[in-house]
Amino acid sequence: MIWLTWRQLRAQAATVVLAVTAMAVVLALTGPRLVELARAGADEVFDRLTSTDGTLFWAGLVVVAAVPALVGAFWGAPLVARELEAGTHRLVWNQSVTRTRWLLTKLAVTTAVAALAVGALSFAVTWWSDPLDGAVGHARGSFPGVLTPVSFAMRGVAPVGYTVFAVVLGVTLGAVLRRSLTAMALTLAVYVLVQLAVPLWVRPYLVAPTTATIAISARTLDSVVADDQGGPQSITVHTTDRGDWIVANETLAADGRPAALPAWMSDCFAAAPDRFAGPIEASPINPCLERLASEGYTQRVVYQPAGNFWPVQLAETALYLAASGLLAGFCLWWTRRRLS
Amino acid sequence: MTAAIATDALGKRYRRRWALSDCTLDIPAGRVTGLVGQNGAGKSTLLNLAAGLLRPTTGTIEVCGGRPATDAAQLAKVGFVAQDTPTYAGLSIRDHLRLGARLNPGWDESLAASRVERLGLDPGQKTGRLSGGQRAQLALALGLAKRPELLILDEPVASLDPFARREFLQVLMEAVAEQELSVVLSSHVVSDLERVCDHVVVLVDSQVRLAGEVEALLDTHHRLTGPRRTTREMPRDQQVVSERHTDRQTTLVVRTEGPVLDPSWTVTQLGLEDLVLSYMELPTSDLTGRGDGTTGAPSLEVLK
Repeated sequence: MIWLTWRQLRAQAATVVLAVTAMAVVLALTGPRLVELARAGADEVFDRLTSTDGTLFWAGLVVVAAVPALVGAFWGAPLVARELEAGTHRLVWNQSVTRTRWLLTKLAVTTAVAALAVGALSFAVTWWSDPLDGAVGHARGSFPGVLTPVSFAMRGVAPVGYTVFAVVLGVTLGAVLRRSLTAMALTLAVYVLVQLAVPLWVRPYLVAPTTATIAISARTLDSVVADDQGGPQSITVHTTDRGDWIVANETLAADGRPAALPAWMSDCFAAAPDRFAGPIEASPINPCLERLASEGYTQRVVYQPAGNFWPVQLAETALYLAASGLLAGFCLWWTRRRLS
Repeated sequence: MTAAIATDALGKRYRRRWALSDCTLDIPAGRVTGLVGQNGAGKSTLLNLAAGLLRPTTGTIEVCGGRPATDAAQLAKVGFVAQDTPTYAGLSIRDHLRLGARLNPGWDESLAASRVERLGLDPGQKTGRLSGGQRAQLALALGLAKRPELLILDEPVASLDPFARREFLQVLMEAVAEQELSVVLSSHVVSDLERVCDHVVVLVDSQVRLAGEVEALLDTHHRLTGPRRTTREMPRDQQVVSERHTDRQTTLVVRTEGPVLDPSWTVTQLGLEDLVLSYMELPTSDLTGRGDGTTGAPSLEVLK
């Protein structure tokens, strides 16, 4: 049975292995320079990056994000559905192998190959991006930290969990819908929905987040959110480690209760010039922030510290694997009982 | 000896339609049984139930003494050549033989190899490029090399041209003679089965209309031709299966254990095809007495 599964999978597997190898080679060639840069000093990383480095960073994110979805749609969805469409299930289900063993073997081999490929890819991309993740440039902004939703799902072991889930999801939808194409489309749609829902509503609470109260100053200010008239509506601050993932950010008044910004802030901001280029210490909105701080306003931040990266990774991987297990159980039941 | 297939009040429903209902049958082992019926009569449903691809809605079915497809041992006992003989289009003939060898503990390597050799095909060829007849032969080789106790073939020759049809049945018959296996095959073309079957089951409108040994059936059925008359005054032991009247003449098919004594009848022997057709033409109400209003004789597919 393993032989048959592999015989049916090998062409697609070769394609993916080839693509992953190509990507790994590119990363292996360009990666060591970044490590050197980072060792020389984090501050310099940004100034000496080439545009190729930037492109590769974002390409790595896109590839690791896309491959699990594609594998789920192109390997998972047709796994059972194509057999049903071609009628070959009537050939293979009448060999001396039960349907359950047939499906279990197919599921196991396919998910294993997919998980290995994506695991290798994620490992390569994680290693390559490590010097850049969360790096802050003085003049040119920062790369997203590993815990932020932008990067988290494309680093570490989580992509392996996503891949297993995507493949099992595809197989299940294929078995239920009996149409490869419909199942592929729906697999992509459901997978994307899950990947949007989890970072929004589940991931922040997988590991208990930290709450901190941070003083408002030019150093800690992250952004000012404008209201309809262009005045300041609310402000956000950042923690000292740019790798932290900030989940909630709210202003507290002197009595420690959440409060809106005082009315005078609008006038204070309106007096400052629109454009300003210079060191943060000399920013024209600084007096506004100082006054805010002196009136007792502080900022409460709920965040996942960068150090929680691995606990959150493992928890999320376990979550996806558990969901995959449940889906696989349903798929086995469906194939044994309902497919005829 | 256990029956090859034994069913008891077997029924299968697809949503609202009963594809097979109240089917109680004993198909003997060691025989070649033909399953005859029009398209949609329930032949495929019965065979798929026997192969374990379908589950019964009502009743039970036992194949070679066990419930179909319950475990690997049961699966090994039954070979199934599905309708349209599906194969993996992207895999070669050699791959299919390897598939058979890997998935069947009782696989007969030399048998499979010699059958494929006789087809005169390149083993490296992808099966997607084979003709219907070649694919059917490959499917048959796979079914036989598995060394099953019972081989089920669902409309194996339906899509073949007359030459391929004859050749396929020939190979099947040779194998039956060599391997001592039970065979159940279905067809909507009676003449295909006439040459190969020694047992026949006729399905009409999802129900078993007739089942029996071919020889015994032929011995007990006669065609009577004579001057026009009604069938009311027929002797009690003569059951009228079908009747045809012209202005002057009446033609009957009757079933009787004894001889036909009335000298006004000209008695002729029936062929299996005519016998089966006369049962298929019979309105359902006449046989079952349920009076469901089916009267018009169902039209049979014209034979080539």
